[in-house]
Amino acid sequence: MEKETVIEVKNLTKAYGAFKAVNDISFEVYKGEIFGFLGANGAGKTTAIKMLTGIITSTSGDGSVAGYNINKQRDKLKENIGYMSQKFSLYEDLTLMENVEFYGGIYGLSKKQIIDKATLMLDRLHMNHIKETLISDIPLGWKQKIAFSVAIIHDPKIVFLDEPTSGVDPITRRQFWDLIYQAVEDGITVFVTTHYMDEAEYCDRISMMVDGEIHAIGSLQYLLNKYDSKTMDEVFIKIARG
Amino acid sequence: MINIKNIKKSYGDITAVDDITIHVRKGQLFGLIGPDGAGKTSLFRMLTSLLIPDEGSAVIMGYDTVKDYRKVRNILGYMPERFSLYLDLSVEENLNFFATVFNTTIEENYNLIKDIYKVLEPFKDRRAGDLSGGMKQKLALCCALIHKPEVLLLDEPTTGVDPVSRKEFWEMLKRLQAKGFTTLVSTPFLDDAELCDEVALIQDGKILDMDSPQNIAKKYPHKLWSISASNNYKLLRAINNYEKKKSAFAFGNSVHLATDNEIEIEEIQNYLKSIIDYDFEIKPIEPNIEDAFMELMKEE
Repeated sequence: MEKETVIEVKNLTKAYGAFKAVNDISFEVYKGEIFGFLGANGAGKTTAIKMLTGIITSTSGDGSVAGYNINKQRDKLKENIGYMSQKFSLYEDLTLMENVEFYGGIYGLSKKQIIDKATLMLDRLHMNHIKETLISDIPLGWKQKIAFSVAIIHDPKIVFLDEPTSGVDPITRRQFWDLIYQAVEDGITVFVTTHYMDEAEYCDRISMMVDGEIHAIGSLQYLLNKYDSKTMDEVFIKIARG
Repeated sequence: MINIKNIKKSYGDITAVDDITIHVRKGQLFGLIGPDGAGKTSLFRMLTSLLIPDEGSAVIMGYDTVKDYRKVRNILGYMPERFSLYLDLSVEENLNFFATVFNTTIEENYNLIKDIYKVLEPFKDRRAGDLSGGMKQKLALCCALIHKPEVLLLDEPTTGVDPVSRKEFWEMLKRLQAKGFTTLVSTPFLDDAELCDEVALIQDGKILDMDSPQNIAKKYPHKLWSISASNNYKLLRAINNYEKKKSAFAFGNSVHLATDNEIEIEEIQNYLKSIIDYDFEIKPIEPNIEDAFMELMKEE
């Protein structure tokens, strides 16, 4: 059976003058996968994500995300994906519930849908008691869990997570991954970047970008075999150091 | 070299630093390990005299951070958490600026930064804002070193940095230690902790434990097992139902299960075989510092 693709990218390139931040990358992400998008700082990950989420257009090459063309249907695309990073997340001066209402509204959910979603979310997160609390008074680890739940409030086909656990304590980091697995069970595809190599090992498939190109892509086992390594940390260092 | 005594700092109702006492000896590489919000940055800001403690004191090489703040500022090399160089100045201009502020020149202390600066030198005319993350960290470290400080205070220098640059950064710190620098460095990465001589694990403004990373791992109170299977998420769920577990956490490709010391391997194997129908591997392991940190967090 042919696997359903959620991301399909062909020869994608983004050039700034003579510099190719992303240089001719092609790959697919399948429905229900956790896809780890790794690379060194400056390898072009951020530029690639900006093209995949419709923020910028490509210089050449093309692709589709969640069924929408990344260059020609950018508005539609944005409505049908989720996005979360450590930098871009919740409004600190709004309460938890106000944030949920705000983002639910942005994504076009009805009042009733928002309330249903909020109830489910607060139960799952065990956060009913803080729904009227200002985000600025909530600990970072909790915020990241809320931000993730808000990013998928509209049941997108795919969610992009850009270093979602940066600076979070080790227990909360693992609880965050439980949420990721739950989302996958609900049918959401996950595209994630991280600098924690143990987290890379939780992914179904991993790609490694170096200098704008994808140098390796495959399951953890495939990469460990190919690079004769015991951990993803070793694989990363071998690939990035050339 | 650094004597922090019962130091406290609150912001309104929130106690950011709660009665912390730390001694860093000359030549040590000392790690403050903890997540965002643990109080690491507030502590650094008190050590650098940018923030006045509510209670307690910090003394660096005999100088009090409040009374003798001018002296303190001269003997410290500080790398703040946020990249704080001038983005619109070039690499060389930034370095020159920091040298000038401290009344010295790049040439005078070039030997201190040579190892690190040589990779930046080809880009010395590039604006700091156009450098990659790893390069920015290297430049910030050079700027913190250029006035030949006695003590280095580095606040999360490896956050947001990829594993290769992180490894290189720690290699640089080790080389600086060999040159005699005393360093206090904070990080949220537990594997960084293993590279320090001594660490303080902090959470919610308090020290959970302070010792060498080896000793902290040794104090771990349970027997620890590493278990792996093709689907670790399912495996973790199965292990979570094991009534004799003390804790179970995913560790990349495997799950770490903690049990009482008298539990034997067969008992766990039999339990798992009774509830899962796929192959798994189990072996006893030594705890690492992340196991220890999570155990201490649970006890709190």
